[in-house]
Amino acid sequence: MIRLVPRTDSAPLLQVATPVMAVLATMLAGGILFAIMGYDPVAAIRTIFWDPLFGPAAGYSRPQLLVKAAPLILIASGLAVGFRAGIWNIGAEGQYIIGAITGAAVALAAYPAQEMWIFPAMVIAGAVGGWAWGMIPALLRNWFGASEILVSLMLVYVAQRIAAWMAFGPMKNPEGFGMPGSRNLQQYPAASNPELIAGTGAHWGVIAAAAAVLATWFLMSRHIRGFHIRAAGIAPRAARFAGVKPQTLVAFCLGLSGALAGMAGLFEVAGPAGQITDKVGVGYGFTAIIVAFLGRLHPLGTLLAGLLLALTYIGGELAQLTMNLPAATVQVFQGMLLFFLLGFDLLTRFRITRRVTA
Amino acid sequence: MGIGKSYPGVRANDDVSFAVEPGEIHALLGENGAGKSTLVKMIYGLVRPDQGQMVLNGQPHQPADPRAARAAGVAMVFQHFSLFDALTVAENIALGMENPPPRRQLSARIAQVSQDFGLPLNPARRIVTLSAGERQRVEIIRCLLQNPRLLIMDEPTSVLTPQEAELLFATLRKLADQGTAILYISHKLEEIRTHCDCATILRHGRVVDSCDPREHSARTLAAMMVGEEMRLIDRSGRQAGEVLLQVKALSQPAPTAEGTALKAVALTLRAGEILGIGGVAGNGQDELLAALSGEIRSAPGTVLLEGADLSRLGPEGRRTAGLLAAPEDRLGHAAVPDFSLADNTLLTAGARKKLVRNGLIDRPAARAYAEAVIRAFDVRTPGPGTAAKALSGGNLQKFVIGREVMQAPRVLVVNQPTWGVDAGAAAAVRQSLLDLARSGAGVIVISQDLDEILELSDRFCALNEGRLSDPRPTEGLTLDQIGLMLGGAHGMEVAHL
Amino acid sequence: MIDPVALFLLLLSASTPILFAALGELVVERAGVLNLGVEGMMIVGALSGFATAYYSGNAFLGFAVAALAGALVALPFAILTQFLMSNQVASGLALTLFGLGLAALFGKPVEGVKAPTMAAGPLGLNWIVWLGLAMVPAIWWFLNRSRPGLILRGVGENHDAAHALGYDVRRVRLAAIAFGGAMAGIGGAFISVATVLQWTEGMTAGAGWIALAIVVFSNWTAVGVLAGAWLFGGVTVLQLRLQAAGVRVPVQLLSMAPYLATIVVLVAISARQKFSRRSGSAAPGSLGQDFHALR
Repeated sequence: MIRLVPRTDSAPLLQVATPVMAVLATMLAGGILFAIMGYDPVAAIRTIFWDPLFGPAAGYSRPQLLVKAAPLILIASGLAVGFRAGIWNIGAEGQYIIGAITGAAVALAAYPAQEMWIFPAMVIAGAVGGWAWGMIPALLRNWFGASEILVSLMLVYVAQRIAAWMAFGPMKNPEGFGMPGSRNLQQYPAASNPELIAGTGAHWGVIAAAAAVLATWFLMSRHIRGFHIRAAGIAPRAARFAGVKPQTLVAFCLGLSGALAGMAGLFEVAGPAGQITDKVGVGYGFTAIIVAFLGRLHPLGTLLAGLLLALTYIGGELAQLTMNLPAATVQVFQGMLLFFLLGFDLLTRFRITRRVTA
Repeated sequence: MGIGKSYPGVRANDDVSFAVEPGEIHALLGENGAGKSTLVKMIYGLVRPDQGQMVLNGQPHQPADPRAARAAGVAMVFQHFSLFDALTVAENIALGMENPPPRRQLSARIAQVSQDFGLPLNPARRIVTLSAGERQRVEIIRCLLQNPRLLIMDEPTSVLTPQEAELLFATLRKLADQGTAILYISHKLEEIRTHCDCATILRHGRVVDSCDPREHSARTLAAMMVGEEMRLIDRSGRQAGEVLLQVKALSQPAPTAEGTALKAVALTLRAGEILGIGGVAGNGQDELLAALSGEIRSAPGTVLLEGADLSRLGPEGRRTAGLLAAPEDRLGHAAVPDFSLADNTLLTAGARKKLVRNGLIDRPAARAYAEAVIRAFDVRTPGPGTAAKALSGGNLQKFVIGREVMQAPRVLVVNQPTWGVDAGAAAAVRQSLLDLARSGAGVIVISQDLDEILELSDRFCALNEGRLSDPRPTEGLTLDQIGLMLGGAHGMEVAHL
Repeated sequence: MIDPVALFLLLLSASTPILFAALGELVVERAGVLNLGVEGMMIVGALSGFATAYYSGNAFLGFAVAALAGALVALPFAILTQFLMSNQVASGLALTLFGLGLAALFGKPVEGVKAPTMAAGPLGLNWIVWLGLAMVPAIWWFLNRSRPGLILRGVGENHDAAHALGYDVRRVRLAAIAFGGAMAGIGGAFISVATVLQWTEGMTAGAGWIALAIVVFSNWTAVGVLAGAWLFGGVTVLQLRLQAAGVRVPVQLLSMAPYLATIVVLVAISARQKFSRRSGSAAPGSLGQDFHALR
């Protein structure tokens, strides 16, 4: 008979080991899934996890790693802070879309001016847009006790429809021959978010993601606000006893993660995506939830997890091209990864012992 | 017939043997952690013994689960009620029975039994609406409906006023006279001496003695239970000085649906004084502490420290001013279970001990402060890096009290400072509160342990349904008088109604 | 003019997917488990039900398979939360993401094909609509009048007390989670097999999340769930009517209505539960909390 005994130590080695175990288990389970579907499992796993970095087409796919990882890391750093406090913002996708729209709105309003301030103003507008969208569930929870989980999630669907409306209506490119979608910001130098160093994929969003990792690391480990956030997540009453106002924390966490998600949306729409369409949201906001958990809600972990999930995106695309693997494979992989991660988490919180019977 | 039970690293029960006769009220006496609860859980089928055997009515008793135990005729009233708040009395009782009759019949039987034993209960009421005493009645009637051969009562009087406790004992005696064996668990010596026929004393999981409690004094019973002479507490050298804390007409609605509203609470605390606040659980203790610690802010002019109005300040502001508190719940309220002791100093000592400057945490300073508390209060732990949840109740309580006391507060408010703590740690905590008062601070002790209040405090108030009685000097106060104050029958109370 | 009876019949159909999913989640939450994976279970039900109906030509078989698939896909969630002590919020999210991915992956072969037609029941309504309506009193009776329902409520209200009385908390919750999955599966299949008659990726479009909100709205009662489902069915029908009538509001904005209505209703009901002392929230006491019995 196996029994679980709660751990009293923090088992630092396992904290690092369990995400690795989860990744390996996902590869194994994924391989089985591929075999069932009639694909060569070894080739599929290699195509997804190895070829983007070291395969024959790595020259093209390597820069994509930073392009895909930047929004994931940017969003996940904010989410991880909130999750630590037990505040569940699962509507980052919506905040991302709104940030993209408000940021692009500045550019489209300024068009065709070529001023230095335009891009910084877009970044601020994107952050403010995401922040405001995140504050809706925060305020509704603080004032009325409405679940931030459901409200933030509902607002994703609302944001998606606002994006569609914008693409077909107010923001439609007047020179776009009736096609839906805004002007392409990549062709508008003062508003575009270009690759900064050729061949790396690094745009301003990458720099912002790095800054977000550093800032959230500082917040969570050196600052008393971060201490209060961690305390509130484990023992809300103790946090209140220490002097934390729960409402302030809710507003701070949802606002912060909203602002970061909004910025991620802006960097994307001004850079790799280029324009507002009805498909502005590509799921980064949801994948970032997995990134945050896989990174153990730790800023450095978020960085690594963001890179890994970016890899699965690129590898998934590659496998689609070379092996004709369906695009949804990546989604299944990500879901399985989270399942395994949560399962292996048991090891960090409990010690498994055999029941001794005398 | 010795039974044993081991937990990893701990041997909860070791070769325990005793017998309970029909018609007998048998006390199981022991300190916190002596292994009483584990023992009765084995009898009730919640825990399986690793060795040994039990015999019930001549049959081997090896219940696989509580249902099997109930089928064999064992019933149990838990210390922390195993009731379902949102369900009705009848539903709760049905859940505790193997084959409950249809709803109407069950209600009728509940009414019948509650009348027979003088325990009035309405089967249709929901548990949330009941008082602690009424809730216990539900548990008892749930047991009685099964006609148990053996009834286990785990610390049943801890939530009752002395008068309610008397009523309970009358019921138990009636049951015993009908032939039921009763196993009565407690650490309250007086009630065992007056009401029990036989006592088995447990210490560190072993039976140390069996005796007739009526033939021993409380002091010798205590010595058997603790294993040493009780340390005497030094109350000397204190004198009441100027007024430190004033609470005026503090009224506050209940913070939660299950909470208690505070009604026009008023008190005055002087330097060097210890004020004891007694009351049965759930009469506003937590709310009063929260209103003093700053977790609940109150109307302006209701909480004053040395003349300064702190009513609108939160916990941080009040700590800076010198008003500190230590709540009842050690794990989860006074301390974060998963944080190290060093990190737990940051919960309350950030400002006064300069562990946090401009929002930045000074970790070496926090560590040093934790080490200082550990040393001064003899906290048994590997070091300041240990998680709070890894400490025993007594050691964590010493740490929590030490963390506040060593910040040199002007006023310290503590709630249940020795609840669930071993005798050694309890004595150390009480002595530190007395020493703090001697140094010129004011101390408020909120406690449900009347002995503790009488031991520590200079004046006594009773908290009843959120109302605080006028203080009385503890010198010369009898348990009977206290019981009346707790029941709200105190003469001055009428004025508030 | 719009015929009110026809409109009501439309409403009954439009509310059916949410009614099934929310009734299932109601039972799960009354057992003390918060399963945020409703959306994932619904989409898996939508696909498996549609594929079965398409290949077998029997729509009813499709619903049976959808129920089975919904219960099966909830299994990882059940294992994670009941045996591996995982956080219920995170595990539920994982179930949603996993279910959406799984359905997208296996749905490719049936894209673009049409579902078989179903024989209509009384009043021209689908039999599944009637089944959904029948489930309301059935679940009410189960929860409030039956012994297993009482045990389930006890487990959800206070799992420690239920354990102390000897009830197997995990087994009750496993059964509840499986039932919730089956109900969500049927709800999802209703969208693909009986309403849209096609399979498209992500076709549940948040219905699972709306179902979660309806359970809060219902204050954890079966009748409340019915009222909530009708409310959203009504909003949906109205919104579609307005679109068809060519109202001068962009289609995209009109289609926000169900989601905005969810938020409004959620806020209203939360505010009532928060501010009204008498009619406080009836949320089960152990909802969302981990249960770990030390033996």
